[in-house]
Amino acid sequence: MMQESPLVVLDRVYKSFGALKVLDGVSFSVGRGDVLVLIGRSGSGKSTALRCIDRFEKIDSGEIHVCGRRVDAPDIDLRALRQDVGIVFQSYNLFPHLTIAQNIMLAPVSVKGMHKAAARELAATMLAKVGLSEKLDAYPEQLSGGQQQRAAIARSLAMQPKVMLFDEVTSALDPQLTGEVLKVIEALAADGMTMVIVTHEMGFARGIARHVVFMHEGKVHEAGTASILTTPATPELAQFVGTGL
Amino acid sequence: MGLNLDFSVVLERWPLFLDGAVMTLELAFMAILIGGAVGTLCAVGRGSSNRFIAALCAGYVEAIRNTPLLVQIFLVYFGLASIGFKFSAFSVAAVALAINVGAYTAEIMRAGFESIPTGQIEAAEGLALSRVQVYWHVILLPAIEKVYPSLTSQFVLLMLASSVTSQISAEELTAVANYVQSDTYRAFETYILVALCYVVLSLVLRAAFWALGLILFPRRRRLGTSL
Ligand SMILES: Nc1ncnc2c1ncn2[C@@H]1O[C@H](COP(=O)(O)OP(=O)(O)O)[C@@H](O)[C@H]1O
Ligand SMILES: [Mg+2]
Repeated sequence: MMQESPLVVLDRVYKSFGALKVLDGVSFSVGRGDVLVLIGRSGSGKSTALRCIDRFEKIDSGEIHVCGRRVDAPDIDLRALRQDVGIVFQSYNLFPHLTIAQNIMLAPVSVKGMHKAAARELAATMLAKVGLSEKLDAYPEQLSGGQQQRAAIARSLAMQPKVMLFDEVTSALDPQLTGEVLKVIEALAADGMTMVIVTHEMGFARGIARHVVFMHEGKVHEAGTASILTTPATPELAQFVGTGL
Repeated sequence: MGLNLDFSVVLERWPLFLDGAVMTLELAFMAILIGGAVGTLCAVGRGSSNRFIAALCAGYVEAIRNTPLLVQIFLVYFGLASIGFKFSAFSVAAVALAINVGAYTAEIMRAGFESIPTGQIEAAEGLALSRVQVYWHVILLPAIEKVYPSLTSQFVLLMLASSVTSQISAEELTAVANYVQSDTYRAFETYILVALCYVVLSLVLRAAFWALGLILFPRRRRLGTSL
């Protein structure tokens, strides 16, 4: 049988902000059900790479394919792309004027035309998944940071994306609250969700990564399985995992 | 010298005051409705990437904020007349007030729009919401919630400022007072009464905006945040 093509492909992607070269020929791919962990020092271009996948940034050259769609095409159907891709940021960005249920229902109702009653049920299901069933009718400000981030993940999942992107989703959280969010992502991995995860939590990365990409100065400096985190080949990665623990 | 107040002849004419107060409220209502919409569109327009639209909206706001309301009213009044339109004093007053409050609404709404973090907008875009949906759910409604107190005090000020339209004989509260005092020679009493009427109108309007806020912003109601 022919091998299925990867859900996400970056092929020699270049991206600059003015004179600053941020992505300098980045290539990697993520197969269905794969978990790719993207690591690297602050400023190495991890967030930019993620943002390019969801077309929040336009690339200068190279190719990006997501679910068979060419993301760098000028006539890309952004809304179709973003139904396939869920993205969760470091700042949870729940809509403050809406309840958690309304936050989750907004996109299924307004994008997919789902009936409110069905969307509310979906919201309840998604919240149960992230362990927040009792917060359906709470407002974001009534939740802890960890709970808000889990609600934001539930909001993304409600659109039934094929790929989830996580950009340092625990960086704004206290260590006690980090664990509850990471557990949710681990459960997703166990469910077979395809994910690209940017994280500084090395223990978590080791446990969850099928593939690891280490970025350095806008390039993929080292890539491989989770084992490169314990036996790095390059001095840069060795130094990074040494200090980044 | 002694103060000799006699309200009886003034109070006798209460139906006139009532009519005037109703017209003041009607004027304010029309102006707020039209001006609110114009101002919101103008705030959107000022952020437009189309330079012409942005400049037009900015020009309108500056022109209104730097001229007196009375002059604006005369400009609308004589302007419409000189190009051959004949409207009732009420319509002209409503249009002039709408143009005026529109500019102030635009400034307030602009501050509201600017208070929305880009992360909110990206989160909504990431959920595949369309541009219009993002604007409505994530920018406009939260922005209105944020600036609602400034917006409504501006609207109450407009109701009070509508008194100036008596100059083009719109038959609102102040015009009624002008008539009653010349009829009764009880000027001081008349304007005391009219001042009290405006106080009542202000309180009524504030109460109405407060109630509307509770309906529009359920979060405020639930969490007990004051408006
Ligand atoms: N919108 C932007 N405009 C200008 N420079 C940017 C922008 N976004 C990111 N950068 C710069 O690009 C570099 C890489 O940023 P980023 O992708 O956020 O790195 P990381 O997520 O690995 O910390 C940084 O130097 C950052 O300052
Ligand atoms: Mg980053």
